Amino acid sequence: MESRRVHWLPEITRAEVRAKEEKGERPPLSKMAVCIAVIAKENYPLYIKSVPTENELKFHYTVHTSLDVVDEKISAMGKALVDQRELYLGLLYPTEDYKVYGYVTNSKVKFVMVVDSSNTALRDNEIRSMFRKLHNSYTDVMCNPFYNPGDQIQSRAFDNIVTSMMVQVC
Amino acid sequence: MNKAEMADEALFLLLHNEMVAGLYRAAEQGDGENGRCITKLENMGFRVGQGLIERFTKDTARFKDELDIMKFICKDFWTTVFKKQIDNLRTNHQGIYVLQDNKFRLLTQMSAGKQYLEHAPKYLAFTCGLIRGALSNLGIKSIVTAEVSTMPACKFQVMIQKI
Repeated sequence: MESRRVHWLPEITRAEVRAKEEKGERPPLSKMAVCIAVIAKENYPLYIKSVPTENELKFHYTVHTSLDVVDEKISAMGKALVDQRELYLGLLYPTEDYKVYGYVTNSKVKFVMVVDSSNTALRDNEIRSMFRKLHNSYTDVMCNPFYNPGDQIQSRAFDNIVTSMMVQVC
Repeated sequence: MNKAEMADEALFLLLHNEMVAGLYRAAEQGDGENGRCITKLENMGFRVGQGLIERFTKDTARFKDELDIMKFICKDFWTTVFKKQIDNLRTNHQGIYVLQDNKFRLLTQMSAGKQYLEHAPKYLAFTCGLIRGALSNLGIKSIVTAEVSTMPACKFQVMIQKI
């Protein structure tokens, strides 16, 4: 798919954010994601949230683009050994400013997390445990009798978990 | 860990019995016929199955293929819900699976003779839905039917719908 080319998108917000950081107006981008999305089995979004809200569309692009990589990884994984068939897919692809991580549940629901590239403090293991937390919370949403499978996620508990993983906007 | 997450077995059995009884009582008073009760129970099972499988597969590795999924249903899923494994799983490798349970938990409370045989289907509908819901959430569309010949034993036939 041609939509994979997303690198050209201008990076105004990054510069702004850095400037703010230097002035100390903003806590550093540590340990946190900038965008978290949940994608249904049929590849439509169930939930998406990004932190610099003014540039939301860019993250929608990035997440959309990552789905091809997710598909690729899953189909390659079918042949792998049991201990390698993990739900966590690892780094999907890096762009200049962001790293995109993926996770697919057994029910083929995808979690995509976009993390700032400059954020070297975030280890693979931490990303994995963030995804686990997300998955646990998603399971609770699924088991809520008032939630219809396939609907947009509007649960406040889920929202709180996601917010706790994201960069705080000052 | 999964086992601890499931509520007490007795509660599940009581709730299930009351669900069946309640639905049929409502149907007797109202206009609905028996077929609708079976469908209702099946649909309830479907939704529960969807939720349960999401929870049970949280910590398992990704499934290799269809058979792998069926094995999971027969072993882990069945053990968590009914405290025992499926006794026999057979398949024609063309999308039909027969799951045989020689002592199905939801039928053990009834006497083993032929006396209540005609009432058996209503105690199997929920479980049919359970299987169908679980499979559907894992991406497999199916039709599940059940049959009983001698009382505590029953067979579930799963027909996979190829897309």
